[in-house]
Amino acid sequence: MTVSRSGPGGEEPRVPAPASGSRTASLVAPSRMRSAQRLVHSLLASREVAIVAVILAVVVTATAMNQTFLFSAQGWRDLLLTPSLLMVLAVGSAIVIITRNVDLSVGSVLAITAYMTGRLFIDLPGIPIAAVVVIGVAAGAGLGLINGLLVAFGKVPALVVTLGTMYIYRGIVLTWAGSDRINASDMPGEFLRLGTLQIGSIPLLTLVAVAVLLGAAYYLSSCRGGRQMYAIGSNPEAAVLYGLPVTRRVISAFIASGALAGLAGVMYAARYGTVSAGAGTAWELQAIGAAVIGGVAIFGGSGTVWGAAFGAVLLMTINRTLPIMGVPDFWQRAVVGALIIAAIVLDRWLAARQRRRLEQVREAPE
Amino acid sequence: MEPRPAEPVLELDGVRKSFGSVTALSDGRLRVMPGSIHALVGENGAGKSTLIKVVSGLHPRDAGTFRFRGQDVHFTSTAEAKDAGIAVIYQEPTLFGDLSVTENIFMGRQPLRWGRRIDTQAMITEAERIFARLGVDLDPRRPAQGLSIADQQIIEIAKAISLDAHLLIMDEPTAALSGVEVQRLFAVARSLRQEGRGVVFISHRFDEVFELCDTITVMRDGAYVDTVDASRTSREELITMMVGREVSELYPKTPVEVGEEVLQVQQLTRAGIFSDISFTVRAGEIVGLAGLVGAGRSEIVRAVFGVDPYDEGAVTMHGRRVQPGRPQAAIRAGMALVPEDRRQQGLVVEASVGRNIAAAIRGQLTRFGLITAAAEHRAAAPWAQKLQVKTGALSMEALTMSGGNQQKVAIAKWLATDPSLLIIDEPTRGIDVGTKAEVHRLLSELAGQGMAILMISSELPEILGMADRVLVVSEGRITGEFSRAEASAEAVMDAATSRHEQLRREGAL
Repeated sequence: MTVSRSGPGGEEPRVPAPASGSRTASLVAPSRMRSAQRLVHSLLASREVAIVAVILAVVVTATAMNQTFLFSAQGWRDLLLTPSLLMVLAVGSAIVIITRNVDLSVGSVLAITAYMTGRLFIDLPGIPIAAVVVIGVAAGAGLGLINGLLVAFGKVPALVVTLGTMYIYRGIVLTWAGSDRINASDMPGEFLRLGTLQIGSIPLLTLVAVAVLLGAAYYLSSCRGGRQMYAIGSNPEAAVLYGLPVTRRVISAFIASGALAGLAGVMYAARYGTVSAGAGTAWELQAIGAAVIGGVAIFGGSGTVWGAAFGAVLLMTINRTLPIMGVPDFWQRAVVGALIIAAIVLDRWLAARQRRRLEQVREAPE
Repeated sequence: MEPRPAEPVLELDGVRKSFGSVTALSDGRLRVMPGSIHALVGENGAGKSTLIKVVSGLHPRDAGTFRFRGQDVHFTSTAEAKDAGIAVIYQEPTLFGDLSVTENIFMGRQPLRWGRRIDTQAMITEAERIFARLGVDLDPRRPAQGLSIADQQIIEIAKAISLDAHLLIMDEPTAALSGVEVQRLFAVARSLRQEGRGVVFISHRFDEVFELCDTITVMRDGAYVDTVDASRTSREELITMMVGREVSELYPKTPVEVGEEVLQVQQLTRAGIFSDISFTVRAGEIVGLAGLVGAGRSEIVRAVFGVDPYDEGAVTMHGRRVQPGRPQAAIRAGMALVPEDRRQQGLVVEASVGRNIAAAIRGQLTRFGLITAAAEHRAAAPWAQKLQVKTGALSMEALTMSGGNQQKVAIAKWLATDPSLLIIDEPTRGIDVGTKAEVHRLLSELAGQGMAILMISSELPEILGMADRVLVVSEGRITGEFSRAEASAEAVMDAATSRHEQLRREGAL
């Protein structure tokens, strides 16, 4: 530890140590680890690394049973492409959950923007693809704003608000689309090609998801607003006393989640080519599940979007692996459920252990 | 020390704050000079906390002058007050447990690098610099979770220092600290004074007030009483100023022949909460449990009633041991507890009055496992009548009733169990004056009928007027016992604030 006593604060009076000799009796001495050591230590202990290890184990197992799972153009592409939509949704869900809220409406928002994408191409022939993407993201952000306003000003728990808007938004797309569906032939070929386009063997949609992940991770870890979101989720009352802009941050979190669901809707249209009113049904639960598996605490304040994204990859990869292993359909779903419960139990256990350790460190004599 | 500038850092005059019809603060006055430590003392409910919340921007004031560093200010949020340079350390530190110590200090004000990116290294260096200056050795990278209250307060102070706050307010910061930790806190406070900052220190411990503070402002019943120089006053004088009022005839307790012993509590101890509590309550007697908020009174009665566990000691009713940790056993032995927070613990406010009154005796009302509303009403009617519960019908929801009538319903519920001991926690909190008198008359009548009553109250006049015997609890111990004749406001207040000082004088701390 190097304590800088120079600089502007150098001349300040130092507090005389109290008369008692055990000045540091209840204090926690700073860690003496060097930064490289600290990095290795925290990486090894991190949830994200553990999830990646599990993903690798699953991929290795599946490949051992069927070479084409990894070593074929199709297998490689599916491995990267399948999780990309859920990754985008999971990143949005993680942002909301970190502020101690939840967004159940993302599946319905995805359906609205996916259907809207198709309608835009049908009703406005020749509309630029970029404009469709922007409109889709903006529409999602608008729907997220409604969620955020209701939560922040209505003082209604997010679970209730977004459960309501989940049905309302789904109702809108059901009314709008009816039994109608968007088909691949309704959309321009160049748009649909984006869904399968690969840049240097990496699918474009995967690159989009990774870009979203990088942006969100940067904001949450290195910007004031992002850190405030963690603070709000960690202790909402203290955040108010601290004078943090709680309302604004909570609304922003919902806007982000809505905008990402909107983006995922456009991606959905490009990837699958057909959109019905039932698109994305129950995806919100998968997104929340992915975040939880990735170590985002359901009561807010901890976890990373990296974890949520890896959680999404793990969920989708397992979904594709289990049929290869010949696991019956029922058990495929049960495995996902078991994974979520295991993740929460693990979190509880780790949190309890962490708390015990921190308290022991505090009480340990010098 | 440099000569003090003449301009006060904080100036409050005639500050008023009401919540609905309740006036929490009628005349708040405070003048804090830079480079001084100013104590704010007063009984529970004297308005200290409300005054602080006005200063910190949590509550806007209704009227009065509020000048900070010579400027008239109107804070509408805690953020504004913070930006102006006011830091408040609350009794319970408010930290973000998941975040690191450093982030807790700099949240919202983190140093930035290019791209509005938080400069983590600069932040940690700055935190280490502040800790070094405070003379503490705290890992800036560890999460705030799991730190002791004392360390959490150090983080709050570090926050105030990093803000370069001109005014630091500490609301009972020493309540949960050990002797060494208190000394460390005082050293920090003195160094802040030396830097010319204003410090406001709220405490119930007079020895600390005299040890640390230059000036003392006394408050009572939401109003300013006086400001005195700490070197020219005494503990006795302060107590007189804090309690100085007449015990009115609002609190009639008719003298009753005191009967046999009903409740006996022997050396009840719960580690860290209370210890060595022994007392008795006799039939027809009202025993008042006095003390400051947080002294452990509610915890003691909860343990006696079996809601909370206890580690050592025994509770006996009519000479028979009551099984610990089982409220059902306590009820069977003849105890009844009307808790402090009626809305949360005493009543189901969404249910009907009849159902609430019958709730505690529900087991006796079942026919073939079913309870009918009619049966509930039959059982409830006599009690509602006896207590003059003002309600249109027993089917009315308790939610719609006034606080006083809710209290009566809560009492009626327990009287329906035919108890021989009634424990009542803060019987008249949040009740208007008229209903207060009714509740007091009711308690007096019940005692007259031979019921033993154990009453917790933070209102000194209520204790002095109602109780046949007063037990004073301070920091989890009984520090005084007075008969009705001996009990005076000064004596009770003295006992309620004494333990810590006594122990320190005896060299135990």
